[in-house]
Amino acid sequence: MLATIAARLGQMAFVMFGISVLVFLIFFATPGSDPAARIAGRNASPETVEQIRHDFGFDRALPVQYAVMMKRLFVTRDLTSFVNRGQKVIPEVLDAIPATLSLVGGAAVLWVLGSLAVGVAAAALRDTVVDRGLMILTLIGISAPVFWLGEVMNLLSQSRYHDTWLFSWVPGLGYVPLSESVGGWFKALVIPWITLAVLYIGIYGRVLRANLIEAYSEDYIRTARAKGLSPARIMLRHALRTSLLPFVTMFGLDFGALVGGAALLTEVVFGLNGVGRLTFHALQNLDLPVILATVIYASFFVVAANAVVDMLYAVIDPRVRA
Amino acid sequence: MSPLLDVRNLRVTFATDGGPVTAVHDVSFAVQPGEVLAIVGESGSGKSVSLLSVLGLVDRRRTTVEGQATFRGEPLLGLPERALRRIRGRDIALISQDPMTALTPVHRIGAQIAEQIRAHERVGRSKARDRAVALLRDVNIPMPERAVDRYPHELSGGMRQRAVIAMALSCNPALLVADEPTTALDTTVQAQVLDLLRRLSAEHGSSVVLITHDMGVVAEMATRVAVMYAGRIVETGTVAEVFDDPWHPYTWGLLDSIPPLTGPRPRRLPSIAGMPPPPGRTEPGCPFAPRCRAAMPVCLRPPPEQVAGGHRALCVLDAPARAALRPPRVAA
Repeated sequence: MLATIAARLGQMAFVMFGISVLVFLIFFATPGSDPAARIAGRNASPETVEQIRHDFGFDRALPVQYAVMMKRLFVTRDLTSFVNRGQKVIPEVLDAIPATLSLVGGAAVLWVLGSLAVGVAAAALRDTVVDRGLMILTLIGISAPVFWLGEVMNLLSQSRYHDTWLFSWVPGLGYVPLSESVGGWFKALVIPWITLAVLYIGIYGRVLRANLIEAYSEDYIRTARAKGLSPARIMLRHALRTSLLPFVTMFGLDFGALVGGAALLTEVVFGLNGVGRLTFHALQNLDLPVILATVIYASFFVVAANAVVDMLYAVIDPRVRA
Repeated sequence: MSPLLDVRNLRVTFATDGGPVTAVHDVSFAVQPGEVLAIVGESGSGKSVSLLSVLGLVDRRRTTVEGQATFRGEPLLGLPERALRRIRGRDIALISQDPMTALTPVHRIGAQIAEQIRAHERVGRSKARDRAVALLRDVNIPMPERAVDRYPHELSGGMRQRAVIAMALSCNPALLVADEPTTALDTTVQAQVLDLLRRLSAEHGSSVVLITHDMGVVAEMATRVAVMYAGRIVETGTVAEVFDDPWHPYTWGLLDSIPPLTGPRPRRLPSIAGMPPPPGRTEPGCPFAPRCRAAMPVCLRPPPEQVAGGHRALCVLDAPARAALRPPRVAA
């Protein structure tokens, strides 16, 4: 067991190393994106560019450049933004993490519970009005773009109906740190949670329904029925348990990607200073050190989430344990 | 003696995209207490569907089940799901064909057996587990105390089928429905599992409906046999009656395709030419006529029933006609 975990961690480290090299090469060694010229700004004299190139070490061999960059990113942690001179990259990313984690974590709770309810209800009441209705609703949820849905929510809760009993509790846009006020944190995030979760409830609910219906055609479900078990027990202990594997796989990928910055649109719409928003601004300004840091941070979460999923597999499915 | 399970004029129709398809046509059979009834026929002949629909294990939304079925004199068909659930697993247990897929892959063997016991009896967790261990010992699974905590994938096919049998017997059912219990197993394991089934059904006093396509299994296990073809029982009788004096040309074909135990081995086993009719067939005549070597113009009309005591066949051929067509086999 320990050996498996160690091997898994080794794999993670290797994958992240590979990603960091790739990202470094794309940003710092692609023709046409001379980082020194970028830092020097427009109309800089060739001498200035040359000076910057030397100062930042861009005139040395690529492996050395990579090593220097990684050292400044992880060891000395003094890599600074190209755009906001003096702004250190690492603290900036670290500051953005709580907002993103709060947003994605809360939304994940909602979407897991919501999609379990939707999937199980639709499969149990297959081909009935309830099933059809749920499938239409989930399709609408999947089709509604999150930025549009978020703006509609904002329109309703912040302006049109803000003064009604329904939305009067909604605070203004922006993140409230958990350490500042638990209630404020919660209130600030409820609407973003729902907005982000709607899409995933739709996708996961539909996938789960399909998996459950497939499970119901398996022999072991007939065995369970022949044993005289109750429908609820057959659904939860036999069909749902065996249908969770794809569900967990998807969850690991989506959760990792969202924490890694894919919740960008939600963060921007609701003014949450998260990693996605940070990446978004860095990309707008081609702020290479920030992009480098956020991409490596994102890759860490995707890889870590996948490792967690692999371990969850072993818990869910005994056949994987062998 | 009143039969344990009495099925009369069972008709099962599936709603398909191409319209309704009748898979079982007016099938009647009865299972007496303590007997082993074999239902034999090729794939798609309706043998499994007949039993599964009696137990309410077919997809109710797409299946119409007509006719009567009583168990211990009480009607089975039309029972609400809740009432049927109390009978399934406790009074009538099912052993299904493929032990590889019949057990839920994510639960331990013992938990799956205990679950059935606890669904029908007020038994504590550890008591149910003890019974699971005893059942596994009964079906000759080595080290039952350890096997009870194994997952299905950790056991071989034969061991899994034993576990499935143990589970089926867990509530001492009056009737065991074994749906091709040995088809998916190796030949040597088949014999062991059949022996086990015979011994345990006798010990538990369970009647057995054995669904099979293997006449050898019928000869070894059954007291009575019903031969199904295209959703109908074309011949039924005691094993001795049907094997010694088969009436229906389809039964001849089945019996002739058993390899002889002595004498020179035929280079090719005789087989029945042609294919069974498609399930949606609506012509009124004998469904076997297109493949029958004794077919006559009269076979285009519904075949009459030949009856002598418990021996019945749906065929126009009477005793002299049969004797002319099929000389009795010389006993080896």
